[in-house]
Amino acid sequence: MEQIIMNGNSAAAYGALLSRVQVTAAYPISPQTGIVEALADLVASGQLEAKFIMSESEHSVMASLIAASEAGARVFTATSSQGLALMHELLHWAAGARLPIVMVNVNRAMSAPWTMFCDQSDIVAQRDTGWLHVYCEENQETLDAIIQGYKVAEQIMLPVLINMDGFYNSYTTEPVSVHDIKDVDRYLPPYEPPVKLDPKEPHTLHGGTGPHLFMEMRYQMWQAMEHALDIAREADDEFGRMFGCSYGLTEAYRCKDADLVLVSSGSLVGTLREVVDVYRDRGDRIGLLKIRYLRPFPTEEVRQALTSARQVAVIDRNVSVGMGGGFWQEVRSALYGSEVGNKPVLGFLAGIGGRDVTPESVDKIIQTARSNPPQEVPIWVELKV
Amino acid sequence: MQELTSIPEQELLYQGMYSCPGCMAALAMRLVLKAMGPNTILALTTGCWAVIDGPFPYTSSKVPFLHGAFGTAASMGRGLRASLDVQGKEDVQVLAWGGDGATFDIGMTALSAAAAYNEDILYVCYDNEAYMNTGGQKSTATLPGVRTTTTTQAGLAGVRKKNIVEIMAAHDIPFAASASAGYPHDLVKKVQQAKALKGFKFIHVHTPCPTGWRYPPDEGPRIARLAVQARIHPLYHVRHGQQYVIDLDPEPISVEEYFQTQRSRLKPLSAEEMAWIQENVDQRWQTIVARSRNTEA
Repeated sequence: MEQIIMNGNSAAAYGALLSRVQVTAAYPISPQTGIVEALADLVASGQLEAKFIMSESEHSVMASLIAASEAGARVFTATSSQGLALMHELLHWAAGARLPIVMVNVNRAMSAPWTMFCDQSDIVAQRDTGWLHVYCEENQETLDAIIQGYKVAEQIMLPVLINMDGFYNSYTTEPVSVHDIKDVDRYLPPYEPPVKLDPKEPHTLHGGTGPHLFMEMRYQMWQAMEHALDIAREADDEFGRMFGCSYGLTEAYRCKDADLVLVSSGSLVGTLREVVDVYRDRGDRIGLLKIRYLRPFPTEEVRQALTSARQVAVIDRNVSVGMGGGFWQEVRSALYGSEVGNKPVLGFLAGIGGRDVTPESVDKIIQTARSNPPQEVPIWVELKV
Repeated sequence: MQELTSIPEQELLYQGMYSCPGCMAALAMRLVLKAMGPNTILALTTGCWAVIDGPFPYTSSKVPFLHGAFGTAASMGRGLRASLDVQGKEDVQVLAWGGDGATFDIGMTALSAAAAYNEDILYVCYDNEAYMNTGGQKSTATLPGVRTTTTTQAGLAGVRKKNIVEIMAAHDIPFAASASAGYPHDLVKKVQQAKALKGFKFIHVHTPCPTGWRYPPDEGPRIARLAVQARIHPLYHVRHGQQYVIDLDPEPISVEEYFQTQRSRLKPLSAEEMAWIQENVDQRWQTIVARSRNTEA
């Protein structure tokens, strides 16, 4: 194991390298370009024995990876925002085809107006495509999530989207442990698909399917996604045993006796962690729930973490216009009708379009939460209008 | 006199496929697969052939057959090639297959990229001159003057058919050709020639459509041949974007004569419109003839 100072994009490339991906296709988009460049270089220099397809669009990226995966290779790519949206059709296809593709999405707001800065509206809009969705707080987690991603994907045969926040993660350098590839090999054996395209044993895949079978196929995806909860927990535990670092599907930080629990994901969690410590030092009982898996949604862990809270404040760096933040909807839905559901769940919208969410912003969120604001509508944080 | 190519006997399609009676696209696939042989993987994009193959769990293909999203045949072909190569299976042939809508329209950028990177695959476009799978809407492969479900009135008689072979030849790929389901030997020979070459190969196969063009199902081969005679669909190939060879030059007929065989899909054309279409066809033919003479010289 070697510790290297690197940004999130490099960590993602190392994750792919250590996972011994065999085919990668990519199209550049800020702030993901560092991943594409690093992979192209790793392949060209022979450090990664893989084929690199330079695609002319993200739509083609995913089409190529679908076919490469169908022919039996472990495949990887990375994208962001508009590129992810251009892939949308094929995200459904990859999941419906039950392919263990792993993709990193560097979160960036969706235009218009034209922008390249961070928010998670790009990925939250892709919740229903049948992929597993993982959100990373820092660069080590991104590297590890890719390796874990293949471990999970290849058992349940569904694709995995690993998210890091644009700029906050992609271009922020941190020390990252690069595991010994031989250890990773023991954790992640070579990909052995149950069915693949091979002239020696011909199969026709994904032909027209009518109402008599389609629904059952979706139900099988549902079952795989449910199963993914246990598989992801096991994969994370095993990773922890082998590499000394595990993350959980959620992380409850100082939640036990908290009366207000802040809930969020991605790089924002780092800031919240600091703020919670400050409040705790003053004896103020604030807790933090980091949601790492959005799909499958870890309902059990979320309910458990929010048991003692009298109030929950979900902070979303994304917005579904006309409804509110995606995580807010998910948490409310997870608590509804349960024993721990009888408490206000407030929805805060912050950092949309890449505006910094500072410790002072979080102070304001906490103060607002404690003023018992309306629960039915989202609260826009530090709005200038 | 063209040398007669023998058509391989091995059938790589099962009987009982879901094509319309007299489907020339089904015939084209049958012939192309015969020429490709069994060590082939087929990447297929949305179009008539997504239906012709049959509904899950049935298939009409004896070679591995990957159905994919609309316009993705070339990209899937690239993915298959990379995947096979990285696993040491360079001997397996990749065939990408798309209709005119998937090729001329929605798959154009993907096709161009695969050609520009000279991926070692054969792309076959079967051209029935409209979006026949969705009921016959206009594509950029539709001939001027043809009535489709989205061009029901006159007015598009002046819109040319995209010249796909020239577009692909301009990528300087090893092999860009036109072929016709009405000339099986020429088609099989071209697939065999393409197969023997490394790099990106493109064949544009004309496949008249009894359902969409509203002619009796047994008329297909005759109409396909008349299209070649009328030089609506001349049969030639281009190597490396430079070497032009006219493969067949049957006795010419006028566009008007050709159009008379399928009056039900044509709008009433004015004399000026007909003259304009004939002039376009003549110009394209003269260009091919001139380039083939340069090749000989």
